[in-house]
Amino acid sequence: MDPSPESDPSHEPHSAYPEDAYEGGHGPYQPHEPGYGLDQPGYSPYEDEIPDAQARMLAIKNAKAYLLKTSTKSGLNLYDHFATILTKILDEQPANTVDIIETISQDVKWAQFRKKMDTLRDEHLIPPTFEAAEKCKALFIKEAGEEEHEELDEEMGEPALPNVMETAFYFEQAGIGLSKDECYYIFLAFKNLISVQPIQTCRFWGKILGLEMNYIIAEVQLREGEEEEEEREGEEEETVAEEKEMGEGEEEEEQKEKEPEPPKSTYKPPPEIPKEANGTGTNKYVYFVCNEPGKPWVKLPPVTPAQIVCARQIKKFFTGRLDAPIVSFPPFPGNEANYLRAQIARISAGTHVSPTGFYQFPEDEEEEEGGDTYEENPEFEPPPVAEMVESLAMWAHHVKGILKQGRCVWINPAQKSEEDEEEGEEEEEEEEEEHQEETGQPLLTLISEDEGMKNIPAWTAQASTNLIPEYSIAILQSNRWPGAYAFASGRKFENIYFGWGHKYSPESHTPALPPPAEAEFPSEPGITEAADPTVEEELAFKAAQEEALAEAEEEEEEEGEDD
Amino acid sequence: MEALSLPAALSLVAGGGAGLSPELRAALGASLPLLQRDYRFERVWFWGCIQGVRGAYYIAQGLGPDRAAPRSRLYSLNCLDWSLLTPATEEMLALAEEVKGRFQGDPSFEYSLAEINPEAAARLVQSGKEPVMKEEARLIATIEQIDRAVGIVPRGAFVKTPLGSVHENRHFEGLSLVEAKKLSSYFHFTEPTDLKNKTLLEKADLDPSTDFLNSLEHDIPQGKGSWSIQLEKGGSVVVLRSLLWLGLTFYHVPMTKQFGYVYFGTGEKNLDLPFML
Repeated sequence: MDPSPESDPSHEPHSAYPEDAYEGGHGPYQPHEPGYGLDQPGYSPYEDEIPDAQARMLAIKNAKAYLLKTSTKSGLNLYDHFATILTKILDEQPANTVDIIETISQDVKWAQFRKKMDTLRDEHLIPPTFEAAEKCKALFIKEAGEEEHEELDEEMGEPALPNVMETAFYFEQAGIGLSKDECYYIFLAFKNLISVQPIQTCRFWGKILGLEMNYIIAEVQLREGEEEEEEREGEEEETVAEEKEMGEGEEEEEQKEKEPEPPKSTYKPPPEIPKEANGTGTNKYVYFVCNEPGKPWVKLPPVTPAQIVCARQIKKFFTGRLDAPIVSFPPFPGNEANYLRAQIARISAGTHVSPTGFYQFPEDEEEEEGGDTYEENPEFEPPPVAEMVESLAMWAHHVKGILKQGRCVWINPAQKSEEDEEEGEEEEEEEEEEHQEETGQPLLTLISEDEGMKNIPAWTAQASTNLIPEYSIAILQSNRWPGAYAFASGRKFENIYFGWGHKYSPESHTPALPPPAEAEFPSEPGITEAADPTVEEELAFKAAQEEALAEAEEEEEEEGEDD
Repeated sequence: MEALSLPAALSLVAGGGAGLSPELRAALGASLPLLQRDYRFERVWFWGCIQGVRGAYYIAQGLGPDRAAPRSRLYSLNCLDWSLLTPATEEMLALAEEVKGRFQGDPSFEYSLAEINPEAAARLVQSGKEPVMKEEARLIATIEQIDRAVGIVPRGAFVKTPLGSVHENRHFEGLSLVEAKKLSSYFHFTEPTDLKNKTLLEKADLDPSTDFLNSLEHDIPQGKGSWSIQLEKGGSVVVLRSLLWLGLTFYHVPMTKQFGYVYFGTGEKNLDLPFML
């Protein structure tokens, strides 16, 4: 086929001059156009190839007929395909067309399958993007009852809403934090939380990442009256449950008396350690979580020591759904909400620090080692940033550490079982083990006393910038809980957590082994196994017996003879 | 991530809480173009940051005309002065697997191999070298491992020309929202290993210009995989976080050409992954 422009039939329909735009044959060329005069017989550049004009026209018609041949597979023909491609290219004028010509050709072929005239219209899909955008917009709407809340705040004195943006600014100096948009959404979500719940103080605790969704966590102290009401509700629910269990137990016992009872297990589970009261120890704060700002806040249940002890032994990713089960060994007593609460408690106890001297023990009470309260020190003078970075002794924990038992304040589980003793037998008293009292570090210990792992210190301190020391802030990063950060600048300081919610361990995580199998029953003479006598032993025994019999007969004969 | 789109990209991966301070961002904005000029790279990518105990390493990558060729890597302690790293060797990779624990933050720190792996130490002594591993070598090996294991790109973003070199696909307009949620729409940007194992039926559906890499579907552990896919901002950004190398974040805005990955982490492999799922 001739590649020359004037004989290329597919070029014709898009000629710049409308009078030339008809298929088949060459248009009358104007004097200013190239090709003028070439359509006259005898003047075409390819004269010598096909000298005869009629034969040339025939060759062109044959070539065009070949191009118009429909493909047996797809029903397209090359002529139309090229026409569409070139139309598209000339419409869109992409750069470096020759490099992407194959993809353009493919796209044109795909477009064939999209029917433009369809009697069924596609349902207008609302992508989830818009729903989320609506929720975010809802955050911005100011409620009508705003004015009442403002008056209440004035009565209370301190503002309950934390200044999330200010904290975000300081952490940004260290390169830590979420994007500004997300921070602002969280700020507004906090405002919603405060208007809904009776909150005294509130703080942005951090964000924990999950597989499907993430958690945004708020650390909150509820107003005192509200907490007691909730406790009473919780207790009422528990007593109702216990009564139900007692009723069922009695029915079972009646049935059992009729049948001979199988041997009872002598296994006594260790006594349950009671959780700490709301407002003290691990349950000092109440935590609310939400998956995204705009979604409703959910309150996490208080944490029990058993959950903390188990959480120390397992390592699981969070999925993002609070009701997801935790499948692990040792079996975790609870679902993801409880596991989340236990990890939050551990992280808070391990990494919440403040500049030394910011908090002090109240002077009115005697200084006990088990003291849980602290108050701000009005005479605190912030040390310079350089000192805060150099020496870890300038920082102190202000959250009590968690003991091995799972509580902040040790309790002797033997005391709790006094009620059981009255009902039970005397044997129980003998089997009690002595529980050793555990002591942890007192409140306000300096973080320089935190142990490191192998050759890694527990904390890394840095200044946010070395170039402008007068405005730099001190940043602490925890190495035991990667993702926990703290900053201090003058009188301002804050702690935050961004991470997956797991502790760092230099060795790989080894899951707990299953406990050894319990002995089924104590060994008694009637049940103990003994080896059966072998054939030789039996024969020897028989021979010995016969000998004894023979001797006895001889003696009798002798005696008989004597008579 | 592309050096030129760094500010926008950093705000998209900030969901994990890790990012750069304004000082470092400004420094990168100034030093990465200079890198491009000095080393004559066609593209400069900011790879990420490895946190050591006493300091952090900031890593940049430079790419030549063939995007699949071995990349030049540079590191810096302050985002201003960059030093070129030598390419990784298999021996370095094998040694780095043995060394565990955090990076120290000092490039000249030496890990004593005698404690960790006496056999390797003995081999080194025999060949006349000291039985130590420098932190710089460990850094090189770790970056190479991370790139090989979890450096990903969306399907269709790169095309392989018939001559074998790999370029960005200028016709790539982004994945659709439905495609973006599937693991099979993302590829590891390294030498493919799986392609020959596919059945003929599967190979027939592939397009050799765009499907020349391993997809993420077959990452161990299968089923849940070692990736967490999330749609943030209600689907306007899809973020993939690796669970094997905690800290690697990949972002893509569906129906646009924006994508990239960055690593902010401690440079340690998460070997507890099977227990954690």
